[in-house]
Amino acid sequence: MNTYSTDQSSYPRADVDPPSGKLFPHKHLLGIWGLDPTAIKHLLDVADGYVDLNRQAVKSAPTCAGLTQINLFFENSTRTLMSFEIAGKRLGLDTISMATGNSSIKKGETMLDTAATLNAMHPDVLVMRHGDSGAVKLLAEKMDCAVINAGDGRSEHPTQALLDALTIRRRKGSIHGQTIVISGDVAHSRVARSNIYLLNAMGARVRLVAPPTLLPADVDRLGVDVFHHMEEGLKGADVVMMLRLQNERMNGAFLPSEREYFHFWGLTREKLKSAKEDVLVMHPGPMNRGVEIASDVADDLDRSAIEEQVEMGVAVRMACIDILTKPLRSGATA
Amino acid sequence: MKTAYTNARIIDPAADYDAHGTLVVSGNLIEGYGSDIDTSGVSETIDCGGKILCPGFIDMRAHAVDAESALAGGITTIILQPDQTTTIETDAVVERIRHRSVDSQIVSVYPMGTATQGMKGQQIAEIGQMQQSGAVGFTDCNHAVTDAQVMRRLLEYANHFDALIVQYAENAELGADAVAHEGEIATRLGLASVPSAAEAMQIDRDARLAELTGARLHFALISSKDGVDAVRAAKARGAKVTCSTAPHYLHLNDNAVEGYRTFAKVRPPLRSEEDRLALIGAVADGTIDTLVSDHSPKSADVKRLPFAQASSGIVGFETLLALSLAPVHAGKISLMTMLKALTINPAQLLGLPTGTLAAGSFADLVVFDPNKPWRIDADALISSAKNTPFDTLPVQGRVWRTVADGISVYEGA
Repeated sequence: MNTYSTDQSSYPRADVDPPSGKLFPHKHLLGIWGLDPTAIKHLLDVADGYVDLNRQAVKSAPTCAGLTQINLFFENSTRTLMSFEIAGKRLGLDTISMATGNSSIKKGETMLDTAATLNAMHPDVLVMRHGDSGAVKLLAEKMDCAVINAGDGRSEHPTQALLDALTIRRRKGSIHGQTIVISGDVAHSRVARSNIYLLNAMGARVRLVAPPTLLPADVDRLGVDVFHHMEEGLKGADVVMMLRLQNERMNGAFLPSEREYFHFWGLTREKLKSAKEDVLVMHPGPMNRGVEIASDVADDLDRSAIEEQVEMGVAVRMACIDILTKPLRSGATA
Repeated sequence: MKTAYTNARIIDPAADYDAHGTLVVSGNLIEGYGSDIDTSGVSETIDCGGKILCPGFIDMRAHAVDAESALAGGITTIILQPDQTTTIETDAVVERIRHRSVDSQIVSVYPMGTATQGMKGQQIAEIGQMQQSGAVGFTDCNHAVTDAQVMRRLLEYANHFDALIVQYAENAELGADAVAHEGEIATRLGLASVPSAAEAMQIDRDARLAELTGARLHFALISSKDGVDAVRAAKARGAKVTCSTAPHYLHLNDNAVEGYRTFAKVRPPLRSEEDRLALIGAVADGTIDTLVSDHSPKSADVKRLPFAQASSGIVGFETLLALSLAPVHAGKISLMTMLKALTINPAQLLGLPTGTLAAGSFADLVVFDPNKPWRIDADALISSAKNTPFDTLPVQGRVWRTVADGISVYEGA
């Protein structure tokens, strides 16, 4: 069943055709910043179709057969890498994954030399994650193929924001007009940044709830309402997106202890009472149970969409690969 | 041999002189200048065509000698920072640099020595001996001396030699790992950032120590309104503090790093528009004493990296004049004030014999057309590296002749 709203009036800006006539006039997906609502909506619409496909027994749709996808991960990741690999394979791409341990980056090769080397192998899609903000953009300048940002430093993680948006759209009918709370370590989170841009572009009201040490400077300038008290921030919320609290933040004098953090900012049933009755609870994973989220909230089948997010992840990544390789495929048939 | 520079607008910032006239150079010394100067016995006459003639610029902060590039920018005296391949921390290194400079007879190079050994901020460097060998100041470059006790003793010790200590004005803890100004841009780009309070804090503390010890103290590269206010307050209290900034802080704000443009990555970082305007005001009212280029040639290899990993720095020699003139053309800073910040002010701070047109001083001169329009072209720079964020920027004002020690060493169009 398709649960998202087909009422176009929810996306007033998306009704206007983009000047180029292309729904997604970009070569790469480096971030949400700079995407217009049309492009975002198009990505979500295509992804929605793949959700249905992924629930069938035969899941492959070899639309992209013969194309090559390289997953280049300079930072550890299991779920994102896995999700991109499955997405690629279901679309019929030849998918190769490379983690830093195997790469000559350790032998002193610069990232741009690595890019040149990979480029010479003629991949069609490069999925990249890197620990430095802006690294994926820099690499994309040297690549001929489509580049998808799978997370760079504290900058952006666009596919995570898209899968979150798809989850919200399917559960809530639309993103427009929803009050969405993002809570946790915003300062060091690329997920938070991508989500803020996307949700704002689609007309949601975004709130941030975090202790002041975990909020970056001038974050209110990004078009969000900032709260420090959890109960206040949760008041009337439709969706709560929790962020992972990195363990190393405990050592950098950001917070006194996990215990105190959970007491004030951990998501519990009690605190959730301030939110709307049908509030949707989300988390990009992996979760720290008992630190940012209580187990009974995370496992609440009525409210928690955490597993659904993972499911949407594959669909969204299939959509990204599909859309970005479209020019290649139409070229081949022409 | 005598040379006359005729038909020039002569500006001698040391004497607040600005009038049309002729300047006569005899050998390597200035014989005199004025509107009715005696030109008998002159063997060569150079018609300056109404352009400005003033003392050659003194660049108080350069990380490389890059002589040809400096001369093209009208800079005849370079103050070399100690962060060289061989750190300038002994009299032997200072002496070698001075000898090489004297032998080369082109651009004068005076080194600054380190303030503490190895720029580690723990043990005072051999300030006295380095000064005897020709070092004109002492600094730990891009490191602030963090320990207050070390800083105090450093100032006390340097005061005995009347040596100038140059402090990098940034609280090291707040600035740790930072690559951008704390604000909306850094937040959006996801870059580690430092607030301008870090600058003001360092200035406040060290100005107090300068007062306590009676020593002279110079703050390198002021970048923020808070920093300017801190220096202004310290000067009002009578502390013997001075400071400098670079033209890129007068020209750019943190928008320049949008899109992770590493060519705009500098330390301290480019700050907000409010800060930029405050800096222009501070140069105009004399709170900021000198303008420096902070010339740091960096190859593309160390610039074309993710922002956090990329090297900081801009090549500044050839754009120093044109960028400094921009607020002059905009009517924000008087030409005389700007030229003082490039000539007599650093000369007095460092005790150099240049920066003046007084009779008998060395004939280090620059002739420039303040209005000549041109476009900065990174590839056309003479400098050993091309790392400038000002590529393709239209500017006004260009060097026509540079004269060092009486010899014409650069002739531009």
